[in-house]
Amino acid sequence: MIAVRRFLSGGWLATYAFLYVAFLYLPVIFLPIFSVNTAATPKFPLTGFTLHWYEDLPRTPALLDAAWNSLIVGVSAAVLSTLLGILAARSITRYRYPGRSTIHGLIMAPLVLPEVIVAISMLLVMLQLGLSLSLFTVVLGHVLVCIPYSMTVLTSGFEGFDRSLEEASADLGESAFGTFRRVTLPMVAPAIISSLLVCFTISLDEFIIAFFLTGTEATLPIYIWGQLRFAAKLPGVLALGTLLLVASFLLMTVAEILRRRAARRTQNEGSLYA
Amino acid sequence: MTAAVEGSPPLRMTRARRNALLQSEPVQGLALISPTFIYALILLVLPILVVIAHSFWTQHYLTIDRTFTLENYRVALTEPIYRDLLWRSLYISLTVSLLTVLLAYPIAYFISFHGGRHKSLWLFLITIPFWTSYLLRVMSWKVILGYNGVLNSGLMGLGIIDEPSTALLYNSSAVIITLTHAWAAFAILPIFVSLEKVDRTLVEAATDLGDGPLRSFLRVTLPLSAPGVISAALIVMIPTVGDYVTPKLVGGKDGVMIANAIQAQFGKASNWPLGAALSVTTMLIVTLMAGATVLIIRAVQRLAR
Repeated sequence: MIAVRRFLSGGWLATYAFLYVAFLYLPVIFLPIFSVNTAATPKFPLTGFTLHWYEDLPRTPALLDAAWNSLIVGVSAAVLSTLLGILAARSITRYRYPGRSTIHGLIMAPLVLPEVIVAISMLLVMLQLGLSLSLFTVVLGHVLVCIPYSMTVLTSGFEGFDRSLEEASADLGESAFGTFRRVTLPMVAPAIISSLLVCFTISLDEFIIAFFLTGTEATLPIYIWGQLRFAAKLPGVLALGTLLLVASFLLMTVAEILRRRAARRTQNEGSLYA
Repeated sequence: MTAAVEGSPPLRMTRARRNALLQSEPVQGLALISPTFIYALILLVLPILVVIAHSFWTQHYLTIDRTFTLENYRVALTEPIYRDLLWRSLYISLTVSLLTVLLAYPIAYFISFHGGRHKSLWLFLITIPFWTSYLLRVMSWKVILGYNGVLNSGLMGLGIIDEPSTALLYNSSAVIITLTHAWAAFAILPIFVSLEKVDRTLVEAATDLGDGPLRSFLRVTLPLSAPGVISAALIVMIPTVGDYVTPKLVGGKDGVMIANAIQAQFGKASNWPLGAALSVTTMLIVTLMAGATVLIIRAVQRLAR
């Protein structure tokens, strides 16, 4: 009842909000719908239900290679960017020093720069340095674009972290390592796991940087890009896309739940961006 | 810390210790952030400097001639093909940022003022589709707008049109629709954050002093949320100018943007200096456009007050 009345107080705004959310979800929902449709072209009316397109996926060696590559790149990028994110977020939330906001701005900059330009400039430097393009160069690129997200998640987890708890632990005779393991880590662990999941998801879905910085090995988005040229392969791509959507959705939901738990532990409210 | 404790001998010692701490704090903070900072320097700042350097050089088949020249910029700014692509990219990114901000504002307002205890649920709902692969979202628009796509077959099934329309896909409108959808969440969040900071008592005061809901919105809420509108506009405008995937997948011949030309210079055409000059030009122009946007929004904000 109360909820209904509150929505009514929003009036037409509430209706608009529902329509807008529908607009946000609508295109995404067509991928799963047509991935279980028997027809090879995605159009209405639907012709019948099948899991045929999904069954074909594990029988495609190129796809399995791409999935394996994506896993390697995703895990490496997530671990590296979270490590670098922890250092930076701890420094930003705990210390004050000159140039702090400039450095912070620089680290966050990949978030607002056109990806093509970031990718191309990295490509130029890597070729100049004589690095041969491989999954390693893709990881280097992904770490750069993941750090801002990692920082955002970790900063919201670290902010409001009460330093006196660590001091109390030290005063009560705990060693530095003991303090870290029994006081600091439990407080920040959810934020760290959340950051790992967010970075993994970004790397898993990232296309442009992988496209420019990879050698011959494809990640999943690059594989999909290659398949898009063939109309007949579309249902398979839709099936693969649906699996990726589900994976991203689950990972981000877990990450958000953990991030909120971390924020609650350190008594700090806010969302990924706030 | 307070004047009362200063001067007493034991506390002077504490103060000295605090000074020592203050001196070491910047060092500790900088040391802690340095790995991340150096990473960003090597993989972001250095590469951009290298691109700028390249833009003044010339490509001779496989080697690069490092004598200073402005020839690449002349080509980038005067060749009709690049000039048209630049204009189109700017037009598309300006339209997209305008549309996303206009569409996003009411949602952000609704969540902030009427979201109640469901605020974070709403924000979560809005951000989730954005976390799915960008490539996949663009692909689903291709499925919707295509000749044999969802929209055409759906409209035909409903008897609204007789044969599939070719006007939906492969033009700049398709690019604009897709980008507006893709960047929606980026616009909602900054506006929401700035609306959250609006002091509700100011709105009440305006109402008490006789302003109607619309007037109090236009004179209090809207000007106070201008910073959010500015960051929303910029956060959409700057990256969309250099978008590569959307024009390539749904843009067709008429929707090609500058990023596709830049990519071609680093790929098939293999003219790195020209590609670099196009990148630098794009960045400079988008910076100017972003600056102009900030100035215009600020001017409107002053007028509204």
